[in-house]
Amino acid sequence: MKKGKYIITENTNLAAGIWKMVLAGDGTAVTAPGQFIDIKLDGRYLRRPISVHDADEGSITIIYKVLGHGTDDMTRYEPGKPLDVLAGCGNGFQTCGDGSLSQLRRPLLIGGGVGIPPLYLLAKKLIASGCLSQVVLGFNSAEDAFCIEEFRALGCTVNVASADGSLGTKGFVTDALPAADTYDCFYTCGPLPMLKALDKAIPAGIPGQFSFEERMGCGFGACMGCTIPVKGGYKRICKDGPVLAREEILWEK
Amino acid sequence: MGEVRENRLGVTLCGVELDNPVIPASGTFGYGKEFAELYDINILGTFSFKGTTKDPRLGNPVPRIAEAASGMLNAVGLQNPGVDHVIAHELPEMKAFFHKPVMANVSGFSVDDYVYTCEKLDKEPQVGWLEVNVSCPNVHGGGMSFGTDPKAAAEVTRAVKAVTAKPVILKLSPNVTDIAEIAKACEAAGADGISLINTLLGMRIDLKTRKPILANTTGGLSGPAVFPVALRMVYQVVRAVSIPVVGMGGISSAEDVLEMMMAGAAAVEVGAANLVDPFACKKIIEELPAAMDKYGIKTLQELKG
Repeated sequence: MKKGKYIITENTNLAAGIWKMVLAGDGTAVTAPGQFIDIKLDGRYLRRPISVHDADEGSITIIYKVLGHGTDDMTRYEPGKPLDVLAGCGNGFQTCGDGSLSQLRRPLLIGGGVGIPPLYLLAKKLIASGCLSQVVLGFNSAEDAFCIEEFRALGCTVNVASADGSLGTKGFVTDALPAADTYDCFYTCGPLPMLKALDKAIPAGIPGQFSFEERMGCGFGACMGCTIPVKGGYKRICKDGPVLAREEILWEK
Repeated sequence: MGEVRENRLGVTLCGVELDNPVIPASGTFGYGKEFAELYDINILGTFSFKGTTKDPRLGNPVPRIAEAASGMLNAVGLQNPGVDHVIAHELPEMKAFFHKPVMANVSGFSVDDYVYTCEKLDKEPQVGWLEVNVSCPNVHGGGMSFGTDPKAAAEVTRAVKAVTAKPVILKLSPNVTDIAEIAKACEAAGADGISLINTLLGMRIDLKTRKPILANTTGGLSGPAVFPVALRMVYQVVRAVSIPVVGMGGISSAEDVLEMMMAGAAAVEVGAANLVDPFACKKIIEELPAAMDKYGIKTLQELKG
């Protein structure tokens, strides 16, 4: 994790309540897809943790949803504004080529709503390492859909589901999953009910990585504000997560 | 005889010299590791490590954090690995990156709990002070209940003093009518110092769900919002006791440190500011000399009293 000054170069509305912000600054602070940045906002005490959508040497892109006063403030930030940012927070996704997943070449990526952004940098990395990536994206309706074409442009096959049926398959991401024999591992980020449903829907033998969100104090492991129990102990979502391995997760009943 | 260079920032806390009065407060600094990855934490006066109990504790369910105007609420609930684990793992690890006496923050649910934990930590050479927390607002059947009754606070003080030779600092709760009365009871029972304030009990409700944001319903308010309350209480306690007082509550700048020491604090703890800016204490220490120059303060020692 590094602290730095970043300058907003773009801040645009992508879909209903969904905004994209591009920050110029040290993009190398982001060391893995699935990490987040923690942004200090004017007049708000706690930083706002937002997952990284994309990063390169000189920039970091985030896609955020307006959920409260802080993210609402952010929509009014103009290009040129400097931001105080902690970048490269959290562990991120483990990708093909490192660790236990090195032999698994057919990943499935499943994102719901504002859980989709961190999967984009992940898909880029996976495709660069030669993995055939299938992607399932879920939205409430066509008007809050975003990023579909960006995933297709990377070369991913993309299935889309919407709760109201206005786009793609009517239903949830679990209604748009490809056949279980077409992927050998999966990565997911989205609302908790979606993560739970995926754990039930995907055959138990397939390894998966789940990205969680939680209200945080610091975002770097100091305050124990976001700790949850896992098998064999407990983990801080901000520092030991936000990505947890399927086998260590304790699902609440 | 060479020239003696005086350290303008030096203070003494219960007979132990500190390079400066800045001490990260318990619960905002873990066991130091996360911050040692970011800067050399030996520049600190010392730090007060995460509130440690007899047995390991997971703490409260999430959400544990809520925001407030100029501050935050927390209801972590004393998550810690337990004193035996701290002695076996966290303290030996700390040796690699922190070379000063550390302040051991201790909490408990009975007098016996406090005694058990303090007796164990008394044997650890790295521990310079025991900060006995009788003020945690986020646990039931202990913590704050010892710090809201002068007799109970005195009983914990007496019991802990009997099992340790290290300086014992009682950390007090602001959630009382007369904090000076509690401080006096601790002093009479043998306390070597007082630290205050712990967090102020508060709550927030989520307008969308119409339910409390914190899973624990209530939590402790900290941050700049509480600074004037903390300053007032430190001022009152300093005038009620003759042992050193460590002032804390919303300190975020070098000016805040000076103000707290003008109220009579011997040293200060910095809490929530570390969570918003991991470099907050480093920045405060670096900015102290210029702030002192601005207000004509030669040494921090001259502010005492």
